[in-house]
Amino acid sequence: MNASNGNGEVRIGFYICHCGTNIAGVVDCPAVAQYVAKLPGVVVSRDYKYMCSDPGQELIQQDIRAHQLNRVVVASCSPLLHEHTFRNAVAAGGLNPFYFQMVNVREHDSWVHTDRAEATAKAKSLAHAAIRRVRFHRALETTRVPIHPDVLVVGGGIAGIHAAITVANAGKKVFLVEREPSIGGHMAKFDKTFPTLDCAACILTPKMSAVRSHENITLWTYSEVVKVEGYVGNYTVTVKRKPRYVNEELCVGCQECLKACVFKEPKFPDEFNVGLNKRKPIYIPFPQAVPQVVVIDPERCIQVKTGKCKQTCLEACADRHAIDFSQKEELVEIKVGNIIIATGFKLFDAKRIPQYGYGLYPNVVTSIELERLVTSSGPTAGEIVLRDGRKPKSVGFILCVGSRDMKTNRWCSRTCCMHSMKLAQLVREHTDADVTVFYLDIRAPGKGCEEFYDRSLKEGIQFVRGRVAEVTDWALAPEEEGKLVIRVEDTLAGFVRRIPVDMIVLAVGMEPQADAQDVRRLFNMSCGSEGWFLEKHPKLAPVSTFTDGVFIAGCCQGPKDIPDSIAQAGAAAAEAMALIDKGYIEQEPNTAYIVEEDCSGCKSCIPLCPFTAITFDEAKQKAHINAALCKGCGTCVAACPSGSIKQNLFEDEEIFSEIEGVLTYA
Amino acid sequence: MPDPNWQPRIVAFFCNWCTYTAADLAGVSRLKYAPNVRVIRLMCSGRLDPQFVLEALAHGADGVLIGGCHLGDCHYVEGNYKTMRRFTLFKRLLHDLGIEEQRVRVEWISASEGEQVKSVINDMVEKVGSLGPLNLPKRFAEWDREITALERELHKAEQQAEAKEAEVAHA
Repeated sequence: MNASNGNGEVRIGFYICHCGTNIAGVVDCPAVAQYVAKLPGVVVSRDYKYMCSDPGQELIQQDIRAHQLNRVVVASCSPLLHEHTFRNAVAAGGLNPFYFQMVNVREHDSWVHTDRAEATAKAKSLAHAAIRRVRFHRALETTRVPIHPDVLVVGGGIAGIHAAITVANAGKKVFLVEREPSIGGHMAKFDKTFPTLDCAACILTPKMSAVRSHENITLWTYSEVVKVEGYVGNYTVTVKRKPRYVNEELCVGCQECLKACVFKEPKFPDEFNVGLNKRKPIYIPFPQAVPQVVVIDPERCIQVKTGKCKQTCLEACADRHAIDFSQKEELVEIKVGNIIIATGFKLFDAKRIPQYGYGLYPNVVTSIELERLVTSSGPTAGEIVLRDGRKPKSVGFILCVGSRDMKTNRWCSRTCCMHSMKLAQLVREHTDADVTVFYLDIRAPGKGCEEFYDRSLKEGIQFVRGRVAEVTDWALAPEEEGKLVIRVEDTLAGFVRRIPVDMIVLAVGMEPQADAQDVRRLFNMSCGSEGWFLEKHPKLAPVSTFTDGVFIAGCCQGPKDIPDSIAQAGAAAAEAMALIDKGYIEQEPNTAYIVEEDCSGCKSCIPLCPFTAITFDEAKQKAHINAALCKGCGTCVAACPSGSIKQNLFEDEEIFSEIEGVLTYA
Repeated sequence: MPDPNWQPRIVAFFCNWCTYTAADLAGVSRLKYAPNVRVIRLMCSGRLDPQFVLEALAHGADGVLIGGCHLGDCHYVEGNYKTMRRFTLFKRLLHDLGIEEQRVRVEWISASEGEQVKSVINDMVEKVGSLGPLNLPKRFAEWDREITALERELHKAEQQAEAKEAEVAHA
């Protein structure tokens, strides 16, 4: 086969990296280099402390020139990490970058084995395989595919809003798709934000209206992405726009229709106020909602359900004609180059821990319920009251509800300590209640957060260390009558305590969205074992995913606070913009191609291709592969009965030689 | 004669997006597993030509492990379904060759399942270890010898028959 570089002779340079002690601590690198040096075709074989460093890369380039190398093999970390680094180094040395092969002796060897002899033997055979394989490598060219400059942002919480505004400010067109009738997400429900205690609405509302008024942002609320096709730079996305039965262009948000609704009293739980008060079938999600447009709940509206309503809302809307019961679900197709996913989290369902009595005792509330109570625009206009309207005299906060718990969720939700301390301070401000916080560890690592904790201690908030065993209304002493009793082992005092309080706040943790798995499939991402979307690299690529052109931001990647969500959103926006401004994507040349002389025209390959890259040339009676559509999976290559389909970088000869190589036990 | 130092040799074909990444994760998490497996990276398990498995076995592998994304999660939409279908057929072929089923194994391991890589590899090394060496190259050599011997006998028999015929004709 084509085993040479034109002039016949294969001259291979081999380098094994010590990676400090990461590899050299387990694998005998000099021994591997000596072993490889004796293999046919190897001209240079070296071991070096850090191959990815500048001097390491320089070493390769010098050797290419000095020894007329025409093949390079580097044994170091995973190709997913540094293959590009070394290909670039090889190219800088004047060689086609695809005359390079990488051997993974770190993630697949030194880090997973302890026996030095066995790990070294494994490194030798893996290196041997690469030396055999690289002979068959050919010079390849990357192809450039233009990038569509528009960006899709999925999720209109603070992360999605910030990402959309950032990209739009750079002059790119953005589609922001939000499932709910308004953008704002969880942050819109908060009263104040830690540790500065600035009002959430005051900082969020301007950003929300900026989204609405931005000339580069197309905002689609009450909409969901249902289909994604294509690849980086060229995605075709289908968005389902649910009917809100109100024309967004015509509605001015006067809310006359709400008054006119045949339901005289609000009757249905208000989602925004987490069910603490009621709304009508026609409603505006919350006063600062963006868009400022009413929405009709199809499950509750008599007209939508039965078509037999007096439609008093239509009369109220009068000549605006904004209400439109003929609206149908609509599917809209858009083309974008990049996608930013900011689909957020859901709160832990406190009912899953029955011993805390949520749902059983009315005065056990979740942190988000208290948040709504304490907000001036909330159901009680900012009054913290018990269900019977009294003001609480004592409030207990239980932390880590659905976090750091082997029975529910193992992870730390990161924000609940600070969120609870913020609520505790607000409770102290709004009432004269005693506040006790039951915690496992106070985690206040952010900027200004430890100071906030200090302040909470100084302001007389009590902290009791211990996981609460149960909440009960069974009074054992007169002072416990009519109260909720928290039973807890105070691990600092060293005994079990019973602490009676009027109100209990459960600091519920964060969980991946219920449909995170569906969203993951839709966008071809991965999830970690906990269900959060998986970043490409936990440190070096925290907002990228394994699918190029799909980025993640905010809590869909893992629990985080508002500053971190915004930082990620900015990072995701920057990543997308970097691709757009470059203008093109360089595609791996690992595409399949057909050797026409060998093709029998059997058409077996055609239905196999999920990207419809293979067509049949009737005139020639041969199959043809469109390289621009081919993603390089190689499924057709494996299926071709005549062996006439080949895949660049994964040719049969290359893999066969690799198989022989890994089975040579030195 | 069983070699007391014998260790199973296993060749693995992992898809780039899920199982190879999971194996990387196992490394990053410093999980420890048996050193008997040598991984070859493919972009998709759908690239796995059954010939690769036969080639590995023919070159002395005692087992072959194939790793792809979970069904429904393929980076290339449905490559792993193709693998699954081919593998179902391929198992029959293995059976006809007299190769134990446990020697060739398909596992769907996602990028986050580093722990799974460890347990599958350890389990496979143990199972293949208890089956003993496959030693297909030696078997091939033996089969070749047998066939040569058979051919020789056949040749001899033919010659004898010819000689007899000649005798009869002569008589």
